[in-house]
Amino acid sequence: MARGLHRLPLEKPIYELEDKIADLETAPLGQQAQEEVQQLRRECADLQKQIFGNLDPWQTVEVARHPNRPKTSDYLSLVFDEFVELHGDKAFGDDPAMLTGFAKIDRHKVLVVGHQKGKTLAEKQACHFGCAHPEGYRKAMGKMRLAAKYGLPVICLIDTPGAYPGIGAEERGQAQVIAESMFLMASLKVPIICVVIGEGGSGGALGIGVGDRVAVLEHAYYSVISPEGCAGILWKSAEFKADAARALRMRAWDLKEFGVIDKVIDEPRGGAHRDPRLMAARLKTFLERTLKDLVSLPIEKLVENRYDKFRRMGAFLED
Amino acid sequence: MKQKQSTQTDHKPESESFRNQHDSSQHPSMTEGPRMPGPRPKRGVPEGLWLKCNGCRSTIYRKEAEEMLNVCPQCGFHWYVSAKQRIEQLFDPGTFEEWDGGLLPTDPLTFSDKKPYAKRIVSEQKRTGLSDAALTGTGMIRARRVACGVTDSSFIMGSMGSVVGERLARLIERATTESLPLIIISASGGGARMHEGILSLMQMAKVSAALARYSESGGLFISVLTNPTMGGVAASFASLGDLVFAEPRALIGFAGPRTIKATIRVELPAGFQTSEFLLEHGFIDRIISRQNLKSEIARAIDYCGG
Ligand SMILES: [Zn+2]
Repeated sequence: MARGLHRLPLEKPIYELEDKIADLETAPLGQQAQEEVQQLRRECADLQKQIFGNLDPWQTVEVARHPNRPKTSDYLSLVFDEFVELHGDKAFGDDPAMLTGFAKIDRHKVLVVGHQKGKTLAEKQACHFGCAHPEGYRKAMGKMRLAAKYGLPVICLIDTPGAYPGIGAEERGQAQVIAESMFLMASLKVPIICVVIGEGGSGGALGIGVGDRVAVLEHAYYSVISPEGCAGILWKSAEFKADAARALRMRAWDLKEFGVIDKVIDEPRGGAHRDPRLMAARLKTFLERTLKDLVSLPIEKLVENRYDKFRRMGAFLED
Repeated sequence: MKQKQSTQTDHKPESESFRNQHDSSQHPSMTEGPRMPGPRPKRGVPEGLWLKCNGCRSTIYRKEAEEMLNVCPQCGFHWYVSAKQRIEQLFDPGTFEEWDGGLLPTDPLTFSDKKPYAKRIVSEQKRTGLSDAALTGTGMIRARRVACGVTDSSFIMGSMGSVVGERLARLIERATTESLPLIIISASGGGARMHEGILSLMQMAKVSAALARYSESGGLFISVLTNPTMGGVAASFASLGDLVFAEPRALIGFAGPRTIKATIRVELPAGFQTSEFLLEHGFIDRIISRQNLKSEIARAIDYCGG
């Protein structure tokens, strides 16, 4: 069981119980102690179910941002048989916040595109904590065009607080590349599967989020704006982030209700970070099944369905 | 066993201030940068004879400004024009016909900040006389029939929710089937509208997908960027023109200046995120002053075989 250094306050009771179990287990266990440990383990499992089954919207954001949460790089090794990284946008540079490359899954050759947050502090800084620059989106577009040329399905793993807000990003066309990427994906002539694995932050997420199937992990979020950003504008202070998180209806089942996503993928008990292997196995199952469905459709039909899928989104009244 | 609201700080303090400020698809730009002379007077308040230009601070005779299409006669600063005024300025008299005016906003999230969104819609409608932030339709520009959409920055900062997205998508689809040139004039400081949550974000994909089909059919799309064009509007249809024009000195960009400043903690260069800045960096075809917009659009249509 993965137990890193980072513990969210909401996880505290779980870790306390686990510490208690660990303490008991340091001594050789008699019959009675063994039964006690068994009982505590059951309680711990119930506690995890209870806590993670009742996360409030802000707690969901905390879990989605959990430092131990599996990232694109983890799924690349746990889900795919091979990953051959492809670098660079052939124009400006190679943005480490956007990973692209060939991969194999269930005998399918695919192209994977994914946000990368990094693990060490140096990696995180290089990746700007998962916030891609225009060259990242240009890299993604370049590789997606390549995939379309050679008939490789595209799998996008979304995990970003948002596209990077900076001087260079604006100078190099952050708005332009996100628009172009959606435009490209809308009619790309290969299957596209998108999965929000952690943070689905706004335009930076949607920039690689236009696909035939869009799934969201149970405790991930996907939002028009970060709760802090929304609170800052509408409540005039980021302190109201929990109110904003609630108002924005950004959690997996909300998204399903609004018809924006196709599937919620259950997380292991206690969240994806407690069992990355199990999470990866579930993600793999989803990807394999979905790929099988999508590759059987004629490509013209697929692209038409993709158009209709996004065309239907929205809520309005009509006279 | 529900946990109390966490008061613990983020585990990554180096990213905390960034997150607190980050709002990539919309931003509070209306409080920054050059502004138009105050909003239009409220009903019942007599119109002032004089205006103060926020570009050069001079006092301008209102009538003179209106004759100049709301451009400052002293410094050339382009002030706010409403979507309706824009249509009057651009179309041959009496030729504009509105499409999809019967689409009306609703409140899918039951969203409420300091004020419920449902109430905000009603008060914005009363204040602006618009049903939502975009007008779409068809009309003649120097005798050339076009499909046209205009967003109005006075309606919830010109932000794109479901009605704006749906009106634009229908406009683009109709331009595709009727083989009409397409003009969209953006004035949206608010980007994707927060109050409709994820549905607003998805309008970016929906409209961009419609534009992809329109483009495949060979249609000409002229995108005109005016002050301000930001966030999710800049990051979707506004940037997808075959030709991208901008009015002078408009604020145009992805992230808001405040967000950027809070993230990188340095002063932003003078002229950052203006039309001129975007032209210099290669993202705009032409900067066109308002007086020439109509003739320049007509000329571009002629060049592209409209
Ligand atoms: Zn002036």
